[in-house]
Amino acid sequence: MSGGRPLLELREVHKVFGGLRAISGVSLRIEAGQIFGLIGPNGAGKTTLFNVITGIYRPDGGEVLFDGRPIGGLPPARIALMGIARTFQNIRLIGEMTVRENVMVAGHHRRGVGLLGTVLRTRRWSDGERALRRKADELLEVLGLSALADEQARNLPYGSQRRVEIARALMLEPRLVLLDEPAAGLNSKEADVLKEQIRWLRDTFRLTVVLVEHNMHVVMGVCEHVHCVDHGETIASGTPDEVRNHPAVLAAYLGEPSVAGSGAGS
Amino acid sequence: MSRWLRRGAIALLVVALCWGLDRLFEAFLVEYAVRIVIFCGLNAILAVGLNLINGTTGQFSIGHAGFMAVGAYGGAYTVVQLETWLGPSLTALPTFAQQAVALTSGVLVGATVAAIAGFLVGVPSLRLRGDYLAIVTLGFGEIIRLLFNNSETFGGATGYSGGRPLGLTTYTSFFWVALWAVIVVTVVAHLTRSSYGRALRAIREDEIAAEAVGLPTTRLKVMAFVVSAAAAGIAGALFAHLQSAVRPDDFKLDRSVDMIVMIIVGGLGSVTGAVLGGIFVAVTLELFRQWAEYRLVAYALLLVVLMIVRPQGLLGTRELDLAAVGRWWRARRTGGAS
Repeated sequence: MSGGRPLLELREVHKVFGGLRAISGVSLRIEAGQIFGLIGPNGAGKTTLFNVITGIYRPDGGEVLFDGRPIGGLPPARIALMGIARTFQNIRLIGEMTVRENVMVAGHHRRGVGLLGTVLRTRRWSDGERALRRKADELLEVLGLSALADEQARNLPYGSQRRVEIARALMLEPRLVLLDEPAAGLNSKEADVLKEQIRWLRDTFRLTVVLVEHNMHVVMGVCEHVHCVDHGETIASGTPDEVRNHPAVLAAYLGEPSVAGSGAGS
Repeated sequence: MSRWLRRGAIALLVVALCWGLDRLFEAFLVEYAVRIVIFCGLNAILAVGLNLINGTTGQFSIGHAGFMAVGAYGGAYTVVQLETWLGPSLTALPTFAQQAVALTSGVLVGATVAAIAGFLVGVPSLRLRGDYLAIVTLGFGEIIRLLFNNSETFGGATGYSGGRPLGLTTYTSFFWVALWAVIVVTVVAHLTRSSYGRALRAIREDEIAAEAVGLPTTRLKVMAFVVSAAAAGIAGALFAHLQSAVRPDDFKLDRSVDMIVMIIVGGLGSVTGAVLGGIFVAVTLELFRQWAEYRLVAYALLLVVLMIVRPQGLLGTRELDLAAVGRWWRARRTGGAS
């Protein structure tokens, strides 16, 4: 592992829902600039981890450190503004708004004008609106969505909606982007394009990317570090090759008689 | 600078227009008809304000009559105090100046106290998701009414008339109602068509997504609710000085229901729709006054029919502007010709 302070660090994080231990004692380190894959069978706790990192859930134990600062339990909006943006497994665009508005809304904190200025429509208000619009149009341009800017988001095909969600996440000018199953519903050709796009995103916007993904082709092809969880616990962590051949991972996915002794094969 | 110059000119034009209409109505309409026109204006203020929270932000308030009551009593009380304090120096002024001084202070205070009430109700209830706001505001509306109903200072069930035999001074004219309606519509329209408006609509559609893109959802909801309550307070203060007393019975649940009918008829989320809805309710209430006891039945039926025929209301979330009317008319003509 490289030295220095990781961009995101989880230390012994726990999350319990009633009697269900969704996450028990997961620790991980994500270095700045990395493409980090989070894998595991259905119900392993991957999305729960995302929700803990982004503040939708408050961790029941352990620490979440972003750039050295504890963020566990902060409200989601605060965490988003600190530089952690995300996309959702089930796309959450505002269907009633245009594509451009969907992106612009993520720049609300940079509008540069208060309530009074908005009501009075001061020069700062119009400058702020124009700047937001320009920034949104730039992002739509680089993501190849310019032609769709004035469409209602709900009228877009699935793949384009995913890209709009990414544009919206980038509008926050994040340092860390969490992508929840970006390859869901893509065919193998589209998945190949996605791999390129993820690398390109990381390089162009100097991001750190965390990926929750079931498509092993994508995960193994693009991630520099892979972390595998099952039943809320870490079962393997390392390079794609290390994780791919790890007996516990094979057991978790293929349901072989338990090698790790976790009872996964019962 | 030319920006503010142009706006000053527009403001003057609006004032002149309101005044011109006021004179016109006074000259050509019977007092009863003038009153209906005034109620159209009051309803427009109420509906546009309520629509900001119920329509744009999607947080349902069903107790806005309570905020109207707070504005009405607060405004009337302020004006009565002001009149006693200024005494003859107020009555010496010309009528218009008297109205300007007394009514403007009443409206400003009414709006402020209603906004404070909105803040106090909104902060705890808007933190929660779902229908809590509806329940809390329903309770608030009734509590406020019962408080005034039992308050010695505010005249109890007979209403507040400033402790005078002649009651409150009737300052409110069409001019003032129209002027405040223009102000409220402008404020709400500017808010809706800005970053704030996008943020509020995002909260309405998907609160989790709104949080994830860094919107302080609770703060924004409280803001919308406070502005909305302030608008109800303005309408309340104007309403108070339309008659000789403010009575608790003027702010029963029926009035909150009327307001909801206005915004649903007009289209949730549309500023111009709310204005139309407000006018619709003012006019139908008068047309069918002799069957007033069936009003809630009639509105319930109307809402059911509307939900079946046109669930989005007259305008939906769209806005009415002259260019759009022109396009619609042309499309209709060419559509009819083919």
